[in-house]
Amino acid sequence: MNFIAVFRKEMLEQWRTYRLLIVVAVFVVFGMTSPLVAKFLPEMLKAIPGATQAILAAFPKPTVVDAIGQYIKNMSQFGILLALLVAMGVVVQEKERGTAAFFLTRPVSRETFVLAKFASLAVTFIASLTIAALGCWYYTYVLFEPLAWGPFLALNGLMLVVFLVYMAVALLASTLARSQGIAVGLAFVALIVIGLGGSLPTIGDYFPGRLFSWGMTQMLGRTDTAWPAFWISLGIITVALVAACLVFRRQEV
Amino acid sequence: MSSVHVENLKKYYGAVHALNGLDLDVVPGTVYGFLGPNGAGKTTTLRILTGLAYPTSGKAQVAGVDVLKDGHKLARRIGHLPEEPAFYPWMTPREFLDYLGRLYRLSAPERAARTRELLALVRMEDVSKRRIAGFSRGMRQRLGVAAALIHHPEVLFLDEPASALDPVGRKEVLDLIGNLRGQCTVVMSTHILADVERVCDVVGIIAKGRMLVQSPRQELLERYAVPAFEVEADDYAALAHWAEDLRRTSWVTAATAQNGTLRVTVKDVQTAKRDLLTQAVSAGLVLNRYEEIRPSLEDVFLQLVGSESVS
Repeated sequence: MNFIAVFRKEMLEQWRTYRLLIVVAVFVVFGMTSPLVAKFLPEMLKAIPGATQAILAAFPKPTVVDAIGQYIKNMSQFGILLALLVAMGVVVQEKERGTAAFFLTRPVSRETFVLAKFASLAVTFIASLTIAALGCWYYTYVLFEPLAWGPFLALNGLMLVVFLVYMAVALLASTLARSQGIAVGLAFVALIVIGLGGSLPTIGDYFPGRLFSWGMTQMLGRTDTAWPAFWISLGIITVALVAACLVFRRQEV
Repeated sequence: MSSVHVENLKKYYGAVHALNGLDLDVVPGTVYGFLGPNGAGKTTTLRILTGLAYPTSGKAQVAGVDVLKDGHKLARRIGHLPEEPAFYPWMTPREFLDYLGRLYRLSAPERAARTRELLALVRMEDVSKRRIAGFSRGMRQRLGVAAALIHHPEVLFLDEPASALDPVGRKEVLDLIGNLRGQCTVVMSTHILADVERVCDVVGIIAKGRMLVQSPRQELLERYAVPAFEVEADDYAALAHWAEDLRRTSWVTAATAQNGTLRVTVKDVQTAKRDLLTQAVSAGLVLNRYEEIRPSLEDVFLQLVGSESVS
């Protein structure tokens, strides 16, 4: 299948252009350091000359909840930013450079061209998140206590869904745009809209960002869920990818 | 059956009519020169024929495939070299050709053999493991030709294949194209007349999105030939004086002397052949050169495109 050939090229490109390495490095650093920061932040504050008792009192003895909270905070910021950064240039860059035109006269369907890019980025994120999660689990185990595998797996699965939402939306922006500048603009508009929507009361429960808090409640052993946000997230991924394929099919490159 | 058949093709970009009812037919196995001034619609035509752009209306078939209906089938039958071929800078030529081979589903031994063969054809064996990022324009163009040939296409589209190359690069690419004659149909767009004269069997001249004429090159030259003679002499004054006399002669259409060269356009070639030299001697001229001018594609092109721009 040509999808395999294009996917293989995409993975090789990520490797050769160091994109794969950068994503893995960022995830691993933030995955592993989250429990470390949670554990040693009060110690670090004590070491600052002039730290008042009031400030130190604001940081009680850290627990495993702080470690997970730090992990989710880091991942929700840097994971989303990385998802946008790596995806928003992938199609428009090829259009600008002329490689898209060169390859679309080959037996490569436009759907394959778009979906292979998404698949390769998704694989990179799955691999990076897996390594980051293992690092986080290990350091949490060493510094605090072992985490329950089931909820931790669910947390990471939910985070992955959020990253894929931003990745798919950025890919659509990249397909719609005629220049990288426009793609960046569109992707950040999407980031703001999804971010702001998620912070609104009631409506926010239906936005992808709700999946982070659902993951946290899983870790805390609570039973509340956020299935609407989950299904809407999957819906956004599907709609963004289908739209990207349809737009690219009719686009002159 | 034609390798390329285009009927009443139109392409509008808003108010701009890039193609205005273009008709085109290319006989299999020929090297077809698609000639026209800048902005005539050559690249737009090639982009439609390769499935990269969509026409506003009209029909276009390549190797029996409707370009609008079956892009996948079309891609297997054609090769395409854009004016500025783009590559992944992180790849090497070997990897690049191997990747293309995978897209055409060649087996691993087939890919290896074809890659070796094409790298030898375009003389790139010694740089086959170097990254494309540092390649010159000429090297990229040669690699582009190799890439277009990876799957033995039935029809090869080349958009200005030699226009940005130095004389050595141009000769190499044109020789490559010439060697493809009979192996596949080549449609080559260019505005460089000398390139067309060098390699093309059939010429189509396009202007303002319409085909002005298409015909075998020799027939075209004969049809639009303007019979002319050139005479060179050291005595500029005598030459100018003789030019004035010639203009009054019934079988002469025009006579212009410039920098010791006199160009005489005639109505009757036979009379000119008989009388011109005699008259030159009578005028007391000592000639350095006397030549019947063979019509060039440039004359035909200027005649056709010139009249089109006037109309």
